Amino acid sequence: MIRGKGTLWNGVLLGLGFALMLAALYLIFVYVPTEETMGVVQRIFYFHVPLAWVGLLAFLVVFVCSILYLWRRDAKWDTIAASSAEVGMVFTTLVLITGPIWAKAAWGVWWAWDFRLTATLALWLIYIAYLLVRSYTAEESRGARFAAVLGIVGFIDVPIVALAIRLWRTQHPGPVVFEGGLAPSMLLALLVSIAAFTVLYILLVGQRVSLRNLGTELKRLKG
Amino acid sequence: MYYLFAAYTIIWALVFGYVLLLYRGQRKLRREIESLKERRDRTE
Repeated sequence: MIRGKGTLWNGVLLGLGFALMLAALYLIFVYVPTEETMGVVQRIFYFHVPLAWVGLLAFLVVFVCSILYLWRRDAKWDTIAASSAEVGMVFTTLVLITGPIWAKAAWGVWWAWDFRLTATLALWLIYIAYLLVRSYTAEESRGARFAAVLGIVGFIDVPIVALAIRLWRTQHPGPVVFEGGLAPSMLLALLVSIAAFTVLYILLVGQRVSLRNLGTELKRLKG
Repeated sequence: MYYLFAAYTIIWALVFGYVLLLYRGQRKLRREIESLKERRDRTE
């Protein structure tokens, strides 16, 4: 019964995610006008920002679940934290790939040691360490505890990444989204894309949790 | 145009690659679990 509900929920999410992604692609490539200064390459923005948003959301989930795991010692929270960290890494890796591609077209260089970019790279390295701590600790529960501590401490970098463009002068574009710097059609395309990537994040974490649970069941059966 | 194409291609390639990795991992573990359960049932 629970499995049936889970499958139905997955199906609904998959359908919603697919519809939102199609709508986002239509808005990005057909509906939205080409930006005047940067031209067609500015359309990277509509995937780059949602990828960054989902990456930060993933690490927020790691932070909350790590606290819950250390508090309750329930393996379920550790499973969600580990799954969210891995999915967050995939999205942050994509941010660190699409950012330089956009930068090369807009600034003429692949990378600048700008505060936003450097803090994002540091974030990526922190969660690489988070995943490595799990892999290289012999005792599983000990690895989960170390990772939980890193998941809490490492979260310090998330608000730094989010607020870097407000607190420091950076080469990275400013906070246009919340300050009316975007045309309504551009904002619509961005919001639909954020919704699509958020649904994709939930789906991927669900599948990663399911994979971890299968691994746990296999270990139990092997004794 | 080249940069835009490159960015979107990399995004989809990495997302599909990760989905494939999860799918293959789940399929492999499910098979192992089924075979272990069958073996256990035969011995009981």
